[in-house]
Amino acid sequence: MKLGLVVDLDTCVGCHACATACKQWNTSGTIGPLSDERPHGKDPSGSWLNRIHSYEVGDSPHSKTVNIPMSCMHCETADCVTVCPTGASYKREEDGIVLIDQDKCMGCNLCSWACPYGARELDPNSGTMKKCTLCVDRIYDEQLPEAERQPACVLTCPTSSRVFGDFDDPDSEVSRLTRERAGQQLMPELGYNPVNTYLPPRIPKQQDSIAVSPMQGVRQLVNRIINR
Amino acid sequence: MHPAFSVLIFTVTSGAGYGLLAWLGAGQLLGFTQTLTVNQQIIIGLMAMVLVSIGLVSSTMHLANPKNAWRSFSRFRTSWLSREAVFAILLYPVAGLYAAAIFWQWPGVNILAGLSMILALVTLFTTSMIYASLKTIRQWNTPMVPALFMAYALISGGLLFLSVDAFFGTLKPQLQAVVMGLVVITLALKLVYFFWQGKPQGATIQTATGFSQASVRLLDAGHSAPTFLNREFGYQVAADQLLRLRIIMTLVTFIVPLALVYCVFGGLVRAELLGFAWLIMMAGLLLERWLFFAEARHVVRLYQGEQRT
Repeated sequence: MKLGLVVDLDTCVGCHACATACKQWNTSGTIGPLSDERPHGKDPSGSWLNRIHSYEVGDSPHSKTVNIPMSCMHCETADCVTVCPTGASYKREEDGIVLIDQDKCMGCNLCSWACPYGARELDPNSGTMKKCTLCVDRIYDEQLPEAERQPACVLTCPTSSRVFGDFDDPDSEVSRLTRERAGQQLMPELGYNPVNTYLPPRIPKQQDSIAVSPMQGVRQLVNRIINR
Repeated sequence: MHPAFSVLIFTVTSGAGYGLLAWLGAGQLLGFTQTLTVNQQIIIGLMAMVLVSIGLVSSTMHLANPKNAWRSFSRFRTSWLSREAVFAILLYPVAGLYAAAIFWQWPGVNILAGLSMILALVTLFTTSMIYASLKTIRQWNTPMVPALFMAYALISGGLLFLSVDAFFGTLKPQLQAVVMGLVVITLALKLVYFFWQGKPQGATIQTATGFSQASVRLLDAGHSAPTFLNREFGYQVAADQLLRLRIIMTLVTFIVPLALVYCVFGGLVRAELLGFAWLIMMAGLLLERWLFFAEARHVVRLYQGEQRT
């Protein structure tokens, strides 16, 4: 299995609900707590496993706002795992999820240096590295109804722009979406082979001119018939 | 990259220590330590190991959870940091045996000298590969980084060896010439590195977002106060200040010590000034290491608003 996420950049509205749900679930999950510094102060800071960046793509007036949520990509070639000197950082054989054993981490920061996506953040309290677990403590929990065995960010997304699934299965929804919508990896040239895939915004259909006089309409109709 | 002071101290002082030990071992093999007494040789070895130990203790200061530091020996097969830890610790018993061999004049002293020298150089190489193996930082991901780290260690260790030699009154002009040559080679390599670093290359905001055909600008980084990622990777120094610091670094690390060694070589000033030259070079190397971090631009910056690394 190769578990991961598909994020639809066409429908993501940048509401940060996925980041909030992630923080809420994981702060009491297997790697929790995700501690904060000065949570009610002027400059609150803390460890988050998912962050959303908003970009302007293209030049005005033909520009578009694109929100890119970023969490661990669960890379196939995960340098964050190989650089780890203690063996705290590991990638699971069975489903490809990259995890950190909180009992082994010595907080040297090297894995966060090796990660190009900013997926790893040092917890200011425990002194250990924290990262997305793909909600490993949810997706296999048989106590939960089957529909809820998905990462918290996916369940909460109000526009359903996040999809969770197995990229090794060609018939899974993530594989189908990646195929049909030309899903792409971020910074593929570094060679990390990230599993998470981003669907580029759909290209809007070319619209005919809106205000058409009756005569122009007839002319267009005639031209179309002649050209046929 | 944020220049953590403990890491600057670690790489500079342990580098000089490994360099000094490498020179001592080379001296045993090539015969230029024969002018030194047994005690003098042991003092040089001790100085090297004290410098190395100061560096290694300092390196543990930047760990956020040092109680797990002992686990860092366990991933020798993949992690350069783990390899460094193993070789650094392995060097202690070998260097101890080397000192014993000098003291009691064992027949195997040459083997132990060679082994200590090789282990010192291997440890230096593993330290530099921690940085050079990171594909995320193009300024570090080059074979020039290990070459430079080893060259710095050899010139700082070499100059310290000369200073101690001068203190004992057994200074050799040939060795001075060799160290001066190494300083010039290191300076040339560093200049090549600076020019190479200035060439635009590597990931851009286009590859980072996947919008390869359009202009892309960050509108909102998604947080209202600096995060761990900003603090660790967002270190920013003004370009004109960087240029000024590069010039100061080149003068202090290479030109001034080189001039001082040359003056001693020519008999213009007293040989005891070599120790002073070494201190100046160490200050310069600290600045060099600070620049090494301050000028390194991690690709995560592309998600914090930078257009290129």
